[in-house]
Amino acid sequence: MTELFGIPLPALLGQLLLGLVNGSFYAMLSLGLAVIFGMLNIINFAHGALYMMGAFLAWMGLELLGLNYWVMLGLAPLLVGVLGIVIERTMLQWLYKLDHLYGLLLTFGITLVIEGVFRSFYGVSGQPYSVPDALQGATNLGFMILPNYRAWVVVASITVCLAVWALIEKTSLGAKLRAGTENPKLVQAFGINVPLMVTLTYAGGVALAAFAGVLAAPILQVSALMGSNLIIVVFAVVVIGGMGSILGSIVTGLGLGVVEGLTKVFYPEASNTVVFVVMAIVLLVRPAGLFGKEK
Amino acid sequence: MKKTLIAAAIATCGLAVAMNAQAQISGDVIKIGIITDMSGLYADIDGQGGVEAIKMAIADMKGMAAGKKIELIYADHQNKADVAASKAREWMDTQGLDLLIGGTNSGANLAMAKVAAEKKRAFISIGAASARLTNEDCTPYTVHYAYDTVALANGTGNAVVKSGGKNWYFLTADYAFGASLQADTTAVVQKAGGKVVGSVKHPLSASDFSSFLLQAQGSGAQILGLANAGGDTINSIKAANEFGITKTMKLAGLLMFINDVHSLGLKATEGMYLTDGWYWNQSPESRAWSRAFFAKMKRMPSMLQAADYSAVTHYLKAVDATKTDDADKVIAKMKATKVNDFFAKNGEIGPDGRMRYDMYLMQVKSPKESSEPWDYYKVAQTIPANEAYTKLADSKCPLVKK
Repeated sequence: MTELFGIPLPALLGQLLLGLVNGSFYAMLSLGLAVIFGMLNIINFAHGALYMMGAFLAWMGLELLGLNYWVMLGLAPLLVGVLGIVIERTMLQWLYKLDHLYGLLLTFGITLVIEGVFRSFYGVSGQPYSVPDALQGATNLGFMILPNYRAWVVVASITVCLAVWALIEKTSLGAKLRAGTENPKLVQAFGINVPLMVTLTYAGGVALAAFAGVLAAPILQVSALMGSNLIIVVFAVVVIGGMGSILGSIVTGLGLGVVEGLTKVFYPEASNTVVFVVMAIVLLVRPAGLFGKEK
Repeated sequence: MKKTLIAAAIATCGLAVAMNAQAQISGDVIKIGIITDMSGLYADIDGQGGVEAIKMAIADMKGMAAGKKIELIYADHQNKADVAASKAREWMDTQGLDLLIGGTNSGANLAMAKVAAEKKRAFISIGAASARLTNEDCTPYTVHYAYDTVALANGTGNAVVKSGGKNWYFLTADYAFGASLQADTTAVVQKAGGKVVGSVKHPLSASDFSSFLLQAQGSGAQILGLANAGGDTINSIKAANEFGITKTMKLAGLLMFINDVHSLGLKATEGMYLTDGWYWNQSPESRAWSRAFFAKMKRMPSMLQAADYSAVTHYLKAVDATKTDDADKVIAKMKATKVNDFFAKNGEIGPDGRMRYDMYLMQVKSPKESSEPWDYYKVAQTIPANEAYTKLADSKCPLVKK
């Protein structure tokens, strides 16, 4: 059997693919964070809690209302998006002129409240959510058995990420959005409702988190702590990609998933620190991140 | 007139002396405190439910022992050993704490045991797994109540090898608890004639287990030993099912609680073996108590929550019998009295502080066999107390006279 660094090649390919699956989640979550930071200048710490809410909404939809996975995949992001609008209108909008730290503290507080509520109602062991019937089973790829659901996660998240990127970078709406962040007063003078655009951006960003949450529900237990386990890594991804860079967050998310996957093979103990090692190196060499622009 | 006054004075003094002899309770109140994980990954197996179980124990004593009122205080250690130790110290210094109950987390419990020994207060560890509490780190004031890593290894490890699972691979949480659980189980497996072909360490609260599981599958072992706990065990089992690993390997959860099984569902856990000290449906008394617990918490009690009740009751009865809250005297009484309640039959606390009682090897029922919610286990084997725990002759505790 062909070997690479003492690991059989098929096994290595398998691990690469698994890394890509995890990277999909990083990409989707860090994309939402990057959009929000780029447009609102807010470091949205509540992202993990809203991701968790997406997963919980999927579970509640099934348990309480009998709504299946596919319905909730659309509905949960919408509901969380509406919650995002409420958060932005009632709290965040007063903080744009202040230091980043205030936004960070406020969203951190929101995280504690949301997580606390879910913990007190549902405990921490989590709720089971099974893979939808259409995606049950696994496909033999020759080098590994890939569960169909994981393949779907990669396809769904890359599609969504590219769509968001195209929307912001390639459409006239995206152009207005980018202009609005650059010089809100001027854009407003052209008759464009900048505050509304900002609100919708926040809603869109958190809806992405909820979408990732629904995707994660069948893979991980749906539990109050699932967001806080992930959010720190996702922040590291955003920093490595360059704060506010759309394409950077997508590419870095997928890439770091793969790096982490390989670490799990060669030195598993370091698998949850490798992302931070990469972050430290990137910050030393390119302080603005891999895809960020120096200001 | 003068005479009666003097007589009355003498009588009052006499009465006071008599009462004093009757009950020597510091601060005129018996103060019990529990420090446990109330918000993190172990909050379901003990946490608020553990506090409730202790409240039930106090209520069953009518709120009194040795004629004095019983009070309960509780705190969250957030899985931090330093928080646990400083809270314990504060309570002992300023609140006159008489009994400290240590909930989950071995690290936090080892720290609390040291404080209790220094302050000479009774300490009962319920939720810690590490057998160190009654070996290298034993103290005259520590009692270890529900289970430990040795009992888990002897239960699940032995049974699985005997039923034909000779080749093992470990998936181990990368911290003290995982390492000692793996070491204890390896010893048992090898003694029973099995072999360990490899292991992989994963970080605590890992986000994804599929990569580790593929490595395990590549090893060709028959048995995958899960030397982890809580959410990590749950997510390992979930991923193992998804990747079809359960078809080629059998999973052995080395530390699983009924809450984990409830959370995963029977479809994912069917047929698994696990070691437990108590199951809510094991006897009519257990069922009666568990129903009362369920009415309050809306979930069935775990072994730890039942042990919280049993341990506090055993302590309060010893206070009642000795009429004092002096830790030395009460613990001596607890060690001299067997534990006989719905939780344990003929349980005995050794000179090392280990409470030895029969453990059970449980097998998880299939969805068809389960007749009601929380009806999950059947007893595959009873493991007698003297086989489950460290034998006194092998104890590393200096308090054991050999």
